[in-house]
Amino acid sequence: MNTNKMRHVVVVGNGMVGYKFCEKLVAKQKNGVQFTLTVFGEEPRVAYDRVHLSAYFDGKTAEDLTMAPESWYAENGIQLYLTDPVVDIDRKRKEVRSHHGMVVPYDYLILATGSGAFVPPVAGVEKDGVFVYRTIEDLDLIQSYARRARKGAVMGGGLLGLEAAKALLDLGLETAHVIEFAPRLMPRQIDDAGSGILQRQLEALGLNIHLSKSTQEITGEDTIKGIQFADGSTLDVDMLIISAGIRPRDELAKATGLDTHPRGGIVVDNFLQTADPAVFAIGECAVVHHMIYGLVAPGYEMAEVVASRLMGEEKEFKPFDMSTKLKLIGTDVASFGDPFIAEPSCRTIAYENKAKGVYKRINISADGKTLLGGILVGDADQYNMLLQTCKNKTILPPDPEDLILGSRGGEEAGAGVMGLPDDALICSCEAITKAMLCHEIGENGHTTIDSLKKATKACTGCGGCTPLVKDLIQGVQKQQGHYVRNVLCEHIDYTRQELLDLVKMNSLKTFDDVLDTFGKGDGCEVCKPAVASILASLWNENILEKGRATIQDSNDRFLANIQKGGTYSVVPRIPGGEITPDKLIVIGQVAKKYGLYTKITGGQRIDLFGAHVGDLPLIWEELINAGFESGHAYGKSLRTVKSCVGSTWCRFGVQDSVSFAIEVEDRYKGVRSPHKIKSGVSGCIRECAEAQSKDFGIIATEKGWNLYVGGNGGSKPQHAQLLASDVDKETCIRYIDRFLMFYIKTADPLTRTATWMNKMEGGMTYLKAVVVDDVLGIADDLEREMQLLVDTFKCEWKEVVDNPELRKRFAHFVNVPEQKDPTVEFESLREMKRAKEWK
Amino acid sequence: METLFAEKEEIIWYLACRAEDVPVDGGACVLINGHQIAIYNFARRGEWYATDNECPHRQQMALSRGMIGSQGDEPKVACPFHKKTFSLQTGQCLNDDGYQIMTFPVKVTNGMVYIGVE
Ligand code: SRM
Ligand SMILES: Cc1cc2nc3c(=O)[nH]c(=O)nc-3n(C[C@H](O)[C@H](O)[C@H](O)COP(=O)(O)OP(=O)(O)OC[C@H]3O[C@@H](n4cnc5c(N)ncnc54)[C@H](O)[C@@H]3O)c2cc1C
Ligand code: SF4
Ligand code: FES
Repeated sequence: MNTNKMRHVVVVGNGMVGYKFCEKLVAKQKNGVQFTLTVFGEEPRVAYDRVHLSAYFDGKTAEDLTMAPESWYAENGIQLYLTDPVVDIDRKRKEVRSHHGMVVPYDYLILATGSGAFVPPVAGVEKDGVFVYRTIEDLDLIQSYARRARKGAVMGGGLLGLEAAKALLDLGLETAHVIEFAPRLMPRQIDDAGSGILQRQLEALGLNIHLSKSTQEITGEDTIKGIQFADGSTLDVDMLIISAGIRPRDELAKATGLDTHPRGGIVVDNFLQTADPAVFAIGECAVVHHMIYGLVAPGYEMAEVVASRLMGEEKEFKPFDMSTKLKLIGTDVASFGDPFIAEPSCRTIAYENKAKGVYKRINISADGKTLLGGILVGDADQYNMLLQTCKNKTILPPDPEDLILGSRGGEEAGAGVMGLPDDALICSCEAITKAMLCHEIGENGHTTIDSLKKATKACTGCGGCTPLVKDLIQGVQKQQGHYVRNVLCEHIDYTRQELLDLVKMNSLKTFDDVLDTFGKGDGCEVCKPAVASILASLWNENILEKGRATIQDSNDRFLANIQKGGTYSVVPRIPGGEITPDKLIVIGQVAKKYGLYTKITGGQRIDLFGAHVGDLPLIWEELINAGFESGHAYGKSLRTVKSCVGSTWCRFGVQDSVSFAIEVEDRYKGVRSPHKIKSGVSGCIRECAEAQSKDFGIIATEKGWNLYVGGNGGSKPQHAQLLASDVDKETCIRYIDRFLMFYIKTADPLTRTATWMNKMEGGMTYLKAVVVDDVLGIADDLEREMQLLVDTFKCEWKEVVDNPELRKRFAHFVNVPEQKDPTVEFESLREMKRAKEWK
Repeated sequence: METLFAEKEEIIWYLACRAEDVPVDGGACVLINGHQIAIYNFARRGEWYATDNECPHRQQMALSRGMIGSQGDEPKVACPFHKKTFSLQTGQCLNDDGYQIMTFPVKVTNGMVYIGVE
């Protein structure tokens, strides 16, 4: 063993890269510790995931973003000083001194001081209401200031600036502006055409984009009031976030006489070493290959190189790929390889679809053999494949445009992820290759994302590789000859469709019966609600009886949606969106009496929020007495049938869409299904009810009705497809009966109709053959089964209100049923209330 | 031996509720000394469990409304908010190492449920 005394490493900066260095060094010396570590951090908290900083505004806590808890440092013998920046380095004595006066000697010094936001020298940047976007503290300040602000702006239209602009919108500002000096957005990643498409998408979402604008002054007394531009124009704003680039934190290095770059950054060689062999710089403070790598993946690689070299391994930091893919306010933006290389050095293929907001460009080597780089805006589904094709210099297919357009006819271009070479880097944050993943999947049986994360750390950084990793899991399993069946969970080794048939044939009516006959163990939160849904779809008995209450998802168990803070929402059914003045008054009265927040929903009805669980039966009693029924807003069942006013009032209407919508909603209300179902009926082709975005939608024609199926809103919108045209009402209902029942019987749990149809072999052609032409000869059965559900409908809430045993379950404390949950808190909001924000 | 015995003696048993107040194979919440405790009647295993009612993920008083079940042999409860699951035996969060809840001993005599608090 080593007879020398243990050597000491001091790390300055506890950011993402500084932390990663510690993690790697600890892992490398698991057997045989040779180094002790001391870490100084300037921020008040342990290293956190700055890449996902904006998630802090979406409800992630500082704790969620933490890379490793404080206890991790202690467990690994690392001395950690937070809120205590290093202020001086004495390279002669090999010591650092901190703000609080700690003096610590080092054998090796690692500078991981990162960068700060670059604030350009514009007059007025010191005013109140001007912020930067870099740390959790910055976000706290922005968040609290934003409560008082209405108009906000971001200076800088780069990656971070656009992210900050989205945050302004999310924080509820009325207007958000983006000011960019260059003539296009994201000038480092995308070209003019891509910027044009992106700009339209962002504008559609409410951002105001100002290009080629040079800011001269920030106006206002002590507080920002507006911005004055060099071209004479002005903009009124209440707050401004500056996101004009980064400035490497090199002040410490400079003071101790280390070489720094004129534009900032600590100059190091390919081994991340400064001119002083005991001092290294890694991450966003280091200038390597004459540049600052402003991304986390190269920073991690630098940490790996230095940790390896300290352990005596040969390793060098090679030029790093700067490809990026991100989702900006719902728009994909990606660039890879060399995005800007232009003809004649290459051949460029571009595709632009303004209507869809899609732009794709690929740059191909002059000989047509390899992919050099490209840009994707609006649809980056092919990013991972393109990146791999580019990095691995894979020989291109004869029609390279298929890479971005998808092949039209024939097989998909390329052989998919399984066709990549073994050393293809799949997770670049953690430097994990295809071979490593295949090994873990195939040899060690890590066949879920969660267990692969634990085994390899893949997907734990930016998460961008997750889709590829999923494909790899499937691919390897297929290769091994496993038929991948979508069984429910560890307790039930059947698919939902198989189980539904079995439950039906054996007339099982309770969860225990199902589990005893076809499962094992005690069930879980996956199989319980799936079985609950199957039982309801087959027998339509009250979901809260015969031990079925506790197998329902929480929302079904309390017949209401649980909200932040633990209160519930109340949504009475308002079929077709039609409501009488008297009923409107009752809703108002009930809301007032129980102190509920009211809102018109996106489904043409009214949601009442903030009800204590114990008040639910009382509230529903009043609503039911006034003639309302449950709206099943909590159930995987029919939600709303949206209508437009139709021929009864509208000058264009060709049929009475409201009456038909009410009829349809009354028919399918309460029908339980694999996921929720929504519908709409429009009175003419103008389609004001948006029927084509619904699971089944109906549009009036001169001769009857057109029926569309398989539409979806949500995160992956999809238009419904035409199933039948110009049919009369009766036929239309028959087709819907068949369609819905076929879906109920064959879909996987929590699969909307659109996804179900996308996965269906034969797709729409097959569905039409089953539903319209009845090629399977099951149409009569399907109709009969649906009719049973229609005939046995009962309002669940009425049953609860009338049943003292069921009512009793609606209490927060069973030992003091009259007492409400004292931890429930509200804040006031525009004359009403809202749930208190969770920490 | 002696210390073990002494520890046992320190448990105070509180009357929580009647057995029928807790749904079969489900949970209910009781208030004991200002503390919200979730009690589970795991009838399928013939066992009773008690834990904090508060889910540590977002400090929601909700675990008694969660679904119970098992993972391998381990009995567990799933929080209704974001489906973090916790072992009913140890309180350890099973799908996120960072979380832990308290568990309490339960005894049921003559149809009454008692919770032991140290
Ligand atoms: C209240 C409402 C928003 C509003 O204020 O307008 C709403 C609120 C919720 N929606 Fe929605 N959605 C509402 C209309 C919509 C719409 C618009 C529509 O129906 O026309 C959509 C897109 C259309 C669609 O579904 O195809 C919509 C797509 C979703 C999705 C995504 C579904 C998908 O297929 O991707 C979810 C998540 C899910 O179901 O898993 C969701 C889930 C939710 C949940 C249940 C989230 C949750 O689990 O807590 C929200 C609970 C509300 C509550 O507590 O009552 N909500 N949601 C709307 C209620 C309509 C109603 O009267 O029933
Ligand atoms: C909002 C936002 C979004 C981003 N999105 C992405 C993305 O999508 N993809 C991507 O790859 N990258 C992204 N980045 C960039 C990424 O976060 C950085 O590349 C990464 O954090 C760099 O890590 P680092 O450790 O070098 O620096 P940092 O994480 O900045 O850490 C440096 C730490 O050192 C501390 N420090 C400085 N001086 C001293 C001193 N003298 N003594 C003690 N401590 C000191 C600092 O306070 C800081 O805590 C994003 C950044 C931001 C702000
Ligand atoms: S209502 Fe729908 S879109 Fe709005 S926050 Fe909830 S789930 Fe998201
Ligand atoms: S509050 Fe329990 S999982 Fe989020």
